[in-house]
Amino acid sequence: MTSGVLAVGLGKFLFVSAVLLVLGVFGIFLNRKNIIVILMSIELILLAVNINLVAFSGALGDLAGQVLAMFVLTVAAAEAAIGLAIVVVYFRNRGSIEVEDVTMMKG
Amino acid sequence: MNWQAAAPEIFLACSGLVILLLGVSLRQDRSKLCTWLTLGAFGVAGWLVVGTSPATAYEGLYVADGFAGFAKLLILAGGALSMILALDYNAQQRIARFEFPVLVLFSTVGMMTMASAANLMTLYIGLELQSLAIYVLAAFARDDIRSSEAGLKYFVLSALASGLLLYGISLAYGFAGTMQIGQLATAMTDPANLPAGVAVAVAFVIAGLAFKLSAVPFHMWTPDVYQGAPTPVTAFMSTAPKVAPFVVLLRVMLVGFGHVGAQWQPIIEIVSIASMILGSLAAIAQSNIKRLMAYSSIGHMGYALIGLAVGTEAGVRGVLIYLLTYIVMSAGTFACIIAMQRRGQQVDRIADLGGLARNDLPLAAVMAIFMFSMAGLPPMAGFFGKVYVFLAAVQAGFWTLAIIGVLTSVVGCFYYLRVIKVMFFDGAEAAFDRRTASVSAVAFAAGAFTLFFFAMPAPFVGAAARAARVLLG
Repeated sequence: MTSGVLAVGLGKFLFVSAVLLVLGVFGIFLNRKNIIVILMSIELILLAVNINLVAFSGALGDLAGQVLAMFVLTVAAAEAAIGLAIVVVYFRNRGSIEVEDVTMMKG
Repeated sequence: MNWQAAAPEIFLACSGLVILLLGVSLRQDRSKLCTWLTLGAFGVAGWLVVGTSPATAYEGLYVADGFAGFAKLLILAGGALSMILALDYNAQQRIARFEFPVLVLFSTVGMMTMASAANLMTLYIGLELQSLAIYVLAAFARDDIRSSEAGLKYFVLSALASGLLLYGISLAYGFAGTMQIGQLATAMTDPANLPAGVAVAVAFVIAGLAFKLSAVPFHMWTPDVYQGAPTPVTAFMSTAPKVAPFVVLLRVMLVGFGHVGAQWQPIIEIVSIASMILGSLAAIAQSNIKRLMAYSSIGHMGYALIGLAVGTEAGVRGVLIYLLTYIVMSAGTFACIIAMQRRGQQVDRIADLGGLARNDLPLAAVMAIFMFSMAGLPPMAGFFGKVYVFLAAVQAGFWTLAIIGVLTSVVGCFYYLRVIKVMFFDGAEAAFDRRTASVSAVAFAAGAFTLFFFAMPAPFVGAAARAARVLLG
């Protein structure tokens, strides 16, 4: 396990994870189309964190990071379920899930 | 395994499951019964919190100390007050479902876990338990487009904030080699030779928690979500879920990253100043009372953050007193807002309060007490919150923060006093519906506390001081 991370190099894992994080954040803020894309971006952020955690866990030889990665997977599933439920409720009321239509309240 | 340290949370979680089963198995809707059972469970949990002796549990993942205890009592009080507010409101708005108290209960369990977190993992789990329940609560009026939009906005932005916080946690873990908050400091022995990753980690953690606190520049969700969510949910969001991230922020920053204070102190100062200024200026233009309260809560979090920026024991004491007075007056204000109903419909324009003094003098009087207190005028409770925070700032030489705080309080007076002017001197609108008993109870109890806090501040200030000493001792 440890040798695997060290063979590739911790920096490369961190780089991939940082790229995924930035993609996720940009996906939320630059996306003008669909709310489902936002849900996907949130998943991307959580997966970036998981790569970080597992890579650090391997490099440090410490299991806590992998334990947290399991928790993050579970929470991500719950979060996606609740998010989709809210999107469904919103769609029933509004008839659209375009990001541009989420503008009932402003000011 | 010293599980007694987590007894209040274990008890609450189990009673949540029982109440959920009960609600599902009863044939007709028994949301009132479930609410009363939940309130009873809160009472027992509060009693357990008071009775818990300081201890760490679960291999150091969990700590029940005086600081956590103080925060937990505030959290339980905030949850209980907003559930009482929801009792009649939900029935009137036809959204009475037994899931409401259960969701508040699980969110409260999450917040209590946060208050007790001695490990970044515990912190994250508690935070998510709190947030997931609040997403659903914000969208609770599921046939109302505003409520579902509020839920959607809160979900997207809050999930982003959780992700950023988690990224910060992963970096802190990687560079410090531990997730124990108490060991973060010793793991990085030489602050001068700090890896850049830790500075990034601190920034991410602050961003994630500042979002939950609705501090500038992570405040943009607050007005929309406050306006759209059902009013008792807004009351809940402005009480307990403000306390929990704050105590987590205090613990992580002062205990975990205390040795790199120079790194994060300027960030907290800027966040605090920006929140105070935006909270007082942006509120002036509002015509909706719930949006006004949203900007008001942004400003209040700015004042409370002064105590964290100062970072001394007096600062922490100031924050705790501030949070105590804030949740009481906030719950009371939202009780008055819930009373703003005409023919069963919630109205929320400030102009709707016109002539309230003629129609319902007691309600107008108690609302005036809350507005004076929010503005920080003596002798109301809100004044003491501000005094202790400003005092800590002056003692530690943070003159800029104290002066900006005082100036923005003066600006803030303008819009709080405008509400009072509308109630007492403006043209008469039609009278509101008769107040329900639950709303009156919360409004007048909170009003009495706010008005007479000056007569007996000693026990509260003493408890806050003891909690602060535990955290930094």
